[in-house]
Formats: sequence, C-alpha cells, structure tokens
Amino acid sequence: MTALPQSQHNTHVPVPDAITKPLNIKVDVQALNFFYGQFHAIKNVSIQIPEHQVTAFIGPSGCGKSTLLRTFNRMFEIYPDQRANGKIIVDGEDILSSRKDVALIRAKIGMVFQKPTPFPMSIYNNIAFGIRLYNKLSKAEMDSRVEACLRSAVLWNEVKDKLHQTGTSLSGGQQQRLCIARAVAIKPEVVLLDEPCSALDPISTAKIEEMIEELKTDYTVVIVTHNMQQAARVSDRTAFMYLGELIEFGDTETIFTKPTKTQTEDYITGRFG
Amino acid sequence: MISRYQRRKLINRANLTMAVLTTAFGVFWLLWILWTTLHYGASAVNWALFTQDTPPPGSGGGGLRNAFVGSLILLGLAVTIGAPVGILAGTWLAEFAARRKLGAIVRFLNDILLSAPSIVIGLFAYAIIVDPLGHFSAFAGGVALALILIPVIVRTTDEMLRLVPGALREAAIALGTPYWKLVTRITWRASASGILTGVLLGIARISGETAPLLFTALNNQYSSVSLNRPIANLPVVIFQFAMSPYTHWQRMAWAGAFVAVVFILLLNILARLIVRRHSGGI
Amino acid sequence: MKASEAVRDDIKTIATAADKKSTKTHPRISGDFLFRNLSAAVAMLVAITLLGILIALWREGWDALHHFGWKFLVTTTWNPVSEQFGALVFITGTLVSSIIALVIAVPVSFGIALFISEMAPRWLREPVSIAIELLAAIPSIIYGMWGLLVFAPWFANFEPWINSHLGAIPGIGILFQGPPMGIGMLTAGIVLGIMVIPFIAAIMRDVFIITPAPLKESAYAMGATTWEVARKIILPYTRTAVTGGIFLGLGRALGETMAITFIIGNANNLSASLLMPGSSIASVIANEFTEATTPLYKSALLALGLILFVITFVVLVLAKLLLLRLDRMEGRQA
Repeated sequence: MTALPQSQHNTHVPVPDAITKPLNIKVDVQALNFFYGQFHAIKNVSIQIPEHQVTAFIGPSGCGKSTLLRTFNRMFEIYPDQRANGKIIVDGEDILSSRKDVALIRAKIGMVFQKPTPFPMSIYNNIAFGIRLYNKLSKAEMDSRVEACLRSAVLWNEVKDKLHQTGTSLSGGQQQRLCIARAVAIKPEVVLLDEPCSALDPISTAKIEEMIEELKTDYTVVIVTHNMQQAARVSDRTAFMYLGELIEFGDTETIFTKPTKTQTEDYITGRFG
Repeated sequence: MISRYQRRKLINRANLTMAVLTTAFGVFWLLWILWTTLHYGASAVNWALFTQDTPPPGSGGGGLRNAFVGSLILLGLAVTIGAPVGILAGTWLAEFAARRKLGAIVRFLNDILLSAPSIVIGLFAYAIIVDPLGHFSAFAGGVALALILIPVIVRTTDEMLRLVPGALREAAIALGTPYWKLVTRITWRASASGILTGVLLGIARISGETAPLLFTALNNQYSSVSLNRPIANLPVVIFQFAMSPYTHWQRMAWAGAFVAVVFILLLNILARLIVRRHSGGI
Repeated sequence: MKASEAVRDDIKTIATAADKKSTKTHPRISGDFLFRNLSAAVAMLVAITLLGILIALWREGWDALHHFGWKFLVTTTWNPVSEQFGALVFITGTLVSSIIALVIAVPVSFGIALFISEMAPRWLREPVSIAIELLAAIPSIIYGMWGLLVFAPWFANFEPWINSHLGAIPGIGILFQGPPMGIGMLTAGIVLGIMVIPFIAAIMRDVFIITPAPLKESAYAMGATTWEVARKIILPYTRTAVTGGIFLGLGRALGETMAITFIIGNANNLSASLLMPGSSIASVIANEFTEATTPLYKSALLALGLILFVITFVVLVLAKLLLLRLDRMEGRQA
C-alpha cells in the first residue's frame, strides 16, 4: 500500500484537519480507458481511492461514473463487447491484468446495485448464499453469521420473524439494506454502491446513508450517485466526472465549496446536468 | 477454503462443459437427420419423380407426381380456408378484444389448439366431415390442415397487430377514418410482413403433417384433383413407402422426404428473411 | 404496451361514437359494425373448436365407452377379432414414451438454453438458436423414417451393452432386458426426446434471457460462478415458466404420432422391458384406423382419441397457466 501521492488533481487540496495519519490508497486507477464496442466511455482516468473512506463519483448521467465503478470488480467482463485497458491496482495487484480468478477479486470487492436485487430465495438464504460460496459453516455458525449481518444492516428486528419468506416480500428500502448486508456478509474489503438509493423513498434513503457511514470503519466505500446532496452528506472525497473524463477529485467539502474547475462549479451549482 | 473454492471451480467447469456438450448433442441430431435425408434423398431425385405417378406395388419405375399435386391442392385448400379465418380472428383479438376478458380467454384457447395433437385434429375432421358424408375426401384433408394452420395464423396476426404503434391509429382516426378502414388499410398494411411470416411458417408446419391426413384425405394411387375423392399426398405416400418392404419404394420415400424437407427449410428461410428485412419497420 | 392499448381503446371509443353518428344520418349497416361482428364471430368459432373436438370425439367414441364402461381404461386386451377393447396398453405406452422423452429433453434443453443465454459468444447465439429451432421444423414423418431406417439399426448396437449392464441392476434391471431389436419403447422415447428439445429449449432460453441483468450481476459480484448463477439464481427465478415449458414439451410428446408409429414397434401388449416393442394411443390410431371395419372397433379408436385429447388438454392448460404467471410477473415489474 502506498501513501497518497500528490496527484495532479488534488494538488490544491489541503489535507483535512481530521486526518492526521497519511491515508492508504486502496484502489489505484491508472490511465484507465473503457469501451462499449466502439464507444469510448472512459477516457484516460487516473484516481486514487483512499482506504476506510467514502468516495463519491458524481456527474451528469452518461458521464461514465457507473462504468468506472463496474471496472473495479470486472463486472463488464460478462458482456462480450465491453473492454477496459489501463491499470486498477488493489493492494499492489493490478486486477485488470491479474491472472487470478475473477471470482476471488469479486469476493474482495462487493457491489450493490441501483435497484434492489433480492435473490429468488428466502431472506436467510439471501445472506447465506454468498457465505456458502466461500465457507462451509455449521447450521449454528451460519445462523449467527446471518443474524450478525442482518443486525449490521439494522434489519434484524424487522425480519427476524420471517427469515424464511422470500426476499421480494420486503419493502424496497428493506430489500436494499438486505442487499448491502448480503454484499458485506462475505467480508469484502471494498464495497461499491451504484446509485443505491435512486429507487428509494427519503426515509429508506436516510437509513441507507446511516449504514454507509458505519460501513466506512470496516470497508473502503465507493458510491456512485446522481444526487449531489447525498454525495455531500455521505462522502469524504468526491470525484466529478464529465463525458468520460475525471474533471476534478478531492476532499468533498472543497469540491462543494470551492471547486477549481468551472465545469465542476457549473454542475454543482445546477447550471447544467 | 481453497479446496472449497477449487471444488466450486471444478463443478462450474464440469457443468459448463456439459452445457456445451448438450448443445452439440442437439445440433448433432439436426445435422444427422438432414444429412441422412440429403444422402438417401438427393440421389433418388430424378425427373421421373415429378412426371410419373406412384407405381403399383411390386413394379419398378414411377414417381410421386400425383402426391406432389395432391399435397399442393391440400395446402392450397388449407390456406384458402385457414388464412382468412386466422387473420380475421387474430384481428379481432388485437383490435377489438385487446384488454377484454373474453379476448384473453379466446387467446388462451387458441394457444391450446395450437399445441393440440394433430392426430386429434384429424379425428375431429373425420368425425365432422368424413363420417357424415360416408367417404374420405381431399376436402376433409384440407379442412384438417386448415384447423392446424388457423391457430398459428391467429397467434402471429394477434402479436403483429399489437406491435403497430397506437400513434399510427391515432393519426388515422384524427382524419376521420372509420375503424374497419383503419384496420384494413393501415394496421394490416403496417403488419403485412409479420402476418405473411405467420402464414408461411404455418404452411411449413402443415406441409409435413401426416397423421391428420390418414383419416381424411387418405391416399390415392391414381392421379386425382377432385376435392370429393381421396387424394394422393406426399406425407401419406412417404409413410406407406417407407414402411413398405420394397427398397425401390423406400428410395422414393427418401426422395419425397428430401423434397419435403427442402420445401420446409426454404419456407423457414424465407420467413426469417422477411422478418429480418422488416423488423426495423415496425 | 399498456399505454398504447389504452390509447387504442380511446380511439376505439371515439371511432364507435363517430360511427354511431354516421349510422343515424345514413340508415344502413356500417362497415365497422360488419367488420367487428364478422371478426368476432370467426374468433368465437376458433375458440369453440376445442369444445367441438371434445363433443365430436365423445359422440364417436360413445359406443365403445358405453359398451366397456370404466373397464375400457384399465384393461389391456385389444382384440379386434373378438371385439374386446381396452386402452391401458396404449395409455401406458403414451405415458412411458413421453416420460423417457422428458428425461432426455429436460436436461439437454437446460444445457442448450444455458449455453445460448450465458455462455455463447454473440456471433454464435443466433446460429445455434436457429439450428435448434429447425429441429422443430422437420416434420415428424422424417423423424420416423430416419428413426426406423437409420437410428434404430444403429442404436441396436448399444442394446446388448444396455442388456448386460443396466439389465443387471437389481430392481430396475427388468426395464432393460430384452432382444436388441433397435425399435421399441426406449428408441421411441429417445427420438421423441429429440423432437421436444426445441420446444422446451426455446422457452428456457427466452426466460433465461429476460432474467434481469442486475440480479445476475449481483450474484456474479459476489464471486459466484456461471453455473452457480444459473442454478441458484436464474433457475429459481424462472422456475414457473421453465415448468410451463416442460409441460408444453410433454403435451407435444404425448400427442406425437408419426415418429412413434415408425419406431415403437406396434405391439399391442404390455411389457416391462423398455427394449420391447409397445404402442401409444397415437400410434395405434394411426396404424389401425383405416383397417377398423366394425363400428365398435372404430368407436374404440375414437374413444382412444378422446382420452389422448383430454390428457393433452389438461397438460397444455397447466403449461399455459404456468407461462401466463411469468407474463404477469414481468408485467408487474415493468
């Protein structure tokens, strides 16, 4: 793990007072390009994502922020005409060129999607599914593991009496918390959230945002959001993307109060996007 | 943990290999059957096949002319009855009953009819035509085939008409067009290629049907074009000749099978080409 | 879809209103009235065909059903000379051959659907789909000829092996004992299986493809393998429609006639061994109908037709209901 270098994008960013020790870089993206067939969706993006922080990607729709997120666990690989080049270094290893099985990379980097995606199985098995992929646990161990996951998602009290009903029987917000609990059940190191609240009501959104705040202590969190207030509320660092390029990246407070690029300023003040 | 992971990998690889093998298995039969038909059939196709009638048992020579003619007559009859009925019924489903309960029920029953065994349809045609009239006839065979054709056409017509955008109808209505004119002049025309595809695929389906003809059109060793008498037809002739002990007849059965398969494949290809050419249109 | 239908209904109301006005001024039957009622009448005709089939077969088969009563369903004698008719041999033959067909077709169809929807590179998807669909386009009589003249003699080479290996298993061994003739129940079931593969595979492929991408991605994102995604996510998600597809294939298998008639061996007695010849409802009708000279004989065959119709009707209704449930689910989520 390398110490946060002073990259070209955040040279002007003063080190926040709260952070006294130097931040470790968890995900180091270097000169990344991404293509949907012929379409060049991400153009030469380099970004360093610090460990145990919440990093938000913002930008108008189609700017490539979700696409960038989906390269971190090589999700694009299940589609034949999508490809990426460049480097994405996680813990010193370039996951794009890694010969390691992609399943092991994905075990380390969890992901939650825009719409809640409860699996077609019981609430209990939704959590147990991922755990079973990697560990063989006794019934009692599994029970306590599932309970712990649901508690961490503040879902336990709501579902403890209906663990064996299907995941789809929950409300949208509950489903999304189930999905987050499911993603962290396999103990990843990085959690990717792709607009996790865009399909939810404000109360559910608030609960998810609380969860994100707590996730930070154990995981490195990257969240894509189209909601600038949300980025401002939950993230420590914010990256602004536009037309496939990373325009500005830095401390969230700085990005929202005194952005250096006019494009960033235009976007956050609502002049476009 | 690694061993568990390796086991999962192994299971995955084994099952995906199985999936590839099953696909190869499916394609293998197709190729085998096509190759057999080509191998035995193409070599037995000659000019006499199309110019001479079916030979009497035991004698050499002969062709399948009467069977080809008979089959074309039966197909023509089936399309003449089946296409108007199928298109009208499909039109009612799409245009007048799209959101009505009755429409849903009719659509459901039509789907059942679509998959009903063809032999049962043949028995039905026997019961309503052959039995009352007291004799087998080409007409009964045509009706039996029409009954198989109709649900295919109903379904495609219904589906194709429902793809026509509402805005097109709106535009016509705004001009004061009566609804029947709207349907016949605009929506039918907009979905003509789709409906035609349905008819072609329907013909492909009935042109190999044998079972329903056994009790209706029967067969006729001689050349006949009368709708009131039994008529020779390719599928039943293939059936009789293939089951016969004479190698000469079996060869002719293969030749007939070859012609039938080529005809059906051509219809399928034609239907696909039409769909592809017009798929951007709707 | 829903919106455009709503629009269309509105247009219809406007159109009928305009039409009513015009009929008032011109006292003649309007084109719309004619067109609507003609097409409705034709549609009703199509809908009542099923009822017509039931009534016609019931009437024609009544003699035999009345004469033999319930025994028709449960006796095995089929003797045209002494005019003793029982359907059990054929009902059994139909069910057994169809079950063999499903045992082969279901896993193969699943594999094909999995290959097309999750594994095949884009350029390969369509050719493979078309090849499988063409299996359904080949007429059943061609399957029959090929089965009798090509497949059965080839398959007979394996039957001694089946005899000595599977036939030696205690319990189920009896299913696999018998002379290696090539034709028989097992061969018929295998060919039938090949014939229903395209129907089941097409439905499985279609529903696998419409399984929401985020759902599959969520499982992949946890490091699940393709097989785990297929087995634990896609299959449970689509199970209703998959069951419907299997029933649809079963409906096809039960009523399949010509291929079976060629290959099943046409023996009118029950045999425990699958290698022995047998008969199905459809095959006995196809073989004997034109030879049936006495009214009772003919009526017995038509009664068999009625039984076949009722069985397939029930299976097909179940299939359609299961498939409709998926349609509704998709509709709600859209």
